[in-house]
Amino acid sequence: MTERSEAVGARRRVALMVTCLVDQLAPEVGVAVVRVLRRQGVQVDFPRAQTCCGQAAWNGGLADEARALAERAIEIFEPYEAVVVPSGSCAGMVHHGYEEIFRDDAAWLARARALAAKTHEFSQYVVSVLGLVDLGAARDGTCAYHPSCHATRLLGLGDEPRRLLEAVRGLRIATLARAEDCCGFGGAFCAKLPELSDAIVGAKVSHLAQSGADTVVSSDVGCLLNIQGACKHRGLPIEALHIAQVLEGRKGGAA
Amino acid sequence: MSGLGLHDAFLDRARHALGQEHLKQAVRRTTDRLRDGRAAASAEAGAFEAWRDALSEARRRAIGRLDVVLQAWQARAEARGVLVHHAVDAREACDIVVGIARAKGARLAAKGKSMLSEEIELNQALEAACVEALETDLGEWIIQLAGERPSHIILPVVHKPRGEIRELFERHGGEPLSDETRVLAGYARDRLRAEFLRAELGVTGCNMAIAETGSIALFSNEGNGRMVSTLPRTHVALMGVERIVETLADFAHLVRLLPRSATGQRVTTYVNVLSGPARPGELDGPEELHVVVVDAGRTAQLAERDYRDALACVRCGACLNACPVYSAVGGHAYGTVYPGPIGAVIEPLYARDDERRAELAEASSLCGACHEACPVRIPLHDMLVRLRQDNARRGRGGPTALALQRIAARAMAVPFVYDAAGRIARRAARLAAGGGQLGRWALGSAPVLRELLRRRALPDVPIRSFRELWDELEEER
Repeated sequence: MTERSEAVGARRRVALMVTCLVDQLAPEVGVAVVRVLRRQGVQVDFPRAQTCCGQAAWNGGLADEARALAERAIEIFEPYEAVVVPSGSCAGMVHHGYEEIFRDDAAWLARARALAAKTHEFSQYVVSVLGLVDLGAARDGTCAYHPSCHATRLLGLGDEPRRLLEAVRGLRIATLARAEDCCGFGGAFCAKLPELSDAIVGAKVSHLAQSGADTVVSSDVGCLLNIQGACKHRGLPIEALHIAQVLEGRKGGAA
Repeated sequence: MSGLGLHDAFLDRARHALGQEHLKQAVRRTTDRLRDGRAAASAEAGAFEAWRDALSEARRRAIGRLDVVLQAWQARAEARGVLVHHAVDAREACDIVVGIARAKGARLAAKGKSMLSEEIELNQALEAACVEALETDLGEWIIQLAGERPSHIILPVVHKPRGEIRELFERHGGEPLSDETRVLAGYARDRLRAEFLRAELGVTGCNMAIAETGSIALFSNEGNGRMVSTLPRTHVALMGVERIVETLADFAHLVRLLPRSATGQRVTTYVNVLSGPARPGELDGPEELHVVVVDAGRTAQLAERDYRDALACVRCGACLNACPVYSAVGGHAYGTVYPGPIGAVIEPLYARDDERRAELAEASSLCGACHEACPVRIPLHDMLVRLRQDNARRGRGGPTALALQRIAARAMAVPFVYDAAGRIARRAARLAAGGGQLGRWALGSAPVLRELLRRRALPDVPIRSFRELWDELEEER
């Protein structure tokens, strides 16, 4: 499988929609995505004009600003044959949010739908497009998987991340109670209602502590930054990693 | 005060709730139990998703031609002797019920659980007219004794610990009781039973009207609803103008889904379909059955494309139980009759000029769990976003938050501004993390994040962004 998989992505070319959060606060996640895809022979482009998909503005009630950013994103990414996003939330924005933004503009809606049709969250791309589950990754330890709300509920991401994690050598997957519960990030929500966000992430952190995991894995950096910050604040030694970072690992131990 | 919300009234009430340990635990325990119940019931049912589709379609079909459906229902109900009234707003609805009470010389109105009654504040109107209003649903009675408002659509006392309920009953009856459910429920049963027989007027809500048969239906577990609608000589049912389906077959979908969505029960203890007063020769049932059809801001939503689907709501409370915000703070934090995601959507719609209700659109992390739980698939998370947009257009967003978000959004549209702002912000954050004086100043100048950072460790902010690393990454190939 490993030998054959070297060629699976050959002749495939994708644009990386890195997301503003990964770009600014977690560039290592973008790096991991690029390396994992390249190992499978996929050629990765990074359109430098990209900034933000417009989700923050849309959810903040700024419809015009969101639309301007969405139009930008469509123009930047539509020339590529496929787009890979290391975020279920931003991929969900392209799939669901753009439908909402452009619902009264047939021309833009058609362009938005064409982009959505070729825009994939990272683990979706690996499992459903490349058809790979075992990427030859290895890691010692126990992880808990936090399915982000937007990945599952807006984008419809299924068991792809879990299947990828199950194939990682040496990695145990802990049972996370109420894994599907929101972590309390919610973009600007955590800054607007910080006490409430804290109460919500508090429940997530205690479920993580009970799970016995040393690492929490997700497909969204927003959730991960939030959970990591809350764990650290509470003195809980749990590492938060994007799934691409786990799949990048070839040796035992933390990357 | 974060200075970010509209009035921050919600934030203040949420803070108050978060400070009460027993309340937090009681709410979370109950919402967990209810959503686990729903999950088990839906898994067991097998065809749950198909049922949701069917009920969603049935409700939207009825809402889509509400005038026709209502007329058909009314004609059949009247043919069976039901007296139908229409009320434009809460005041008219109360006046109609008070008028009926006066005409009947009623001194006591025994009430079944009705959120619409809470919404129009019927108890206050009846008391003002010297008619005693007595809640006979256990939870509602407790709320009435405590002088509070329900904190949940179907479980009004979810916020109240057992000990407090015992104390309320002890004060009421003047005798010592225990915390046991059996004892507390027994006390309520003893006290309430006598009242059913004394009441001249029975008041209930209406879970759903059925146009095909001209009926109204009531779902209940305690049996008090049946007593209230049968024993008193006059029964008045309050019905939201949108609470109707066309056929009995449509209603069957509700019978399947309402209990399962609400509590995880396969069926409630009582499902009563009432199609008129007692007919000549019948021993049971009221002599008169009045249905007061209340609009109170509902039909205005028929024209609101963004929010019309909210009229499909069947008031099961599943979105409350699924909501992380509701589960953390309970219903009173919302400061409205209807709490939770559905409340955050319909409360501002019922009163478009009420700024305090408008801010509830912010009381959500937009996780979408409400939409996932809704038996009629109302896209509540999308509606909350649209309400935020309405607020922003009306200049109602907290001015600071709105201005900051607008600046950020506009900067995002210009790559070099985005890039430069990112570099500066990351540098400031690194300084702050280092704890130097400059860093403290940088943090202090970011009041938006101050409260957040009191509760989260700062992330390890990178020196270089991904785009700054890209050229090196290209050389790796």
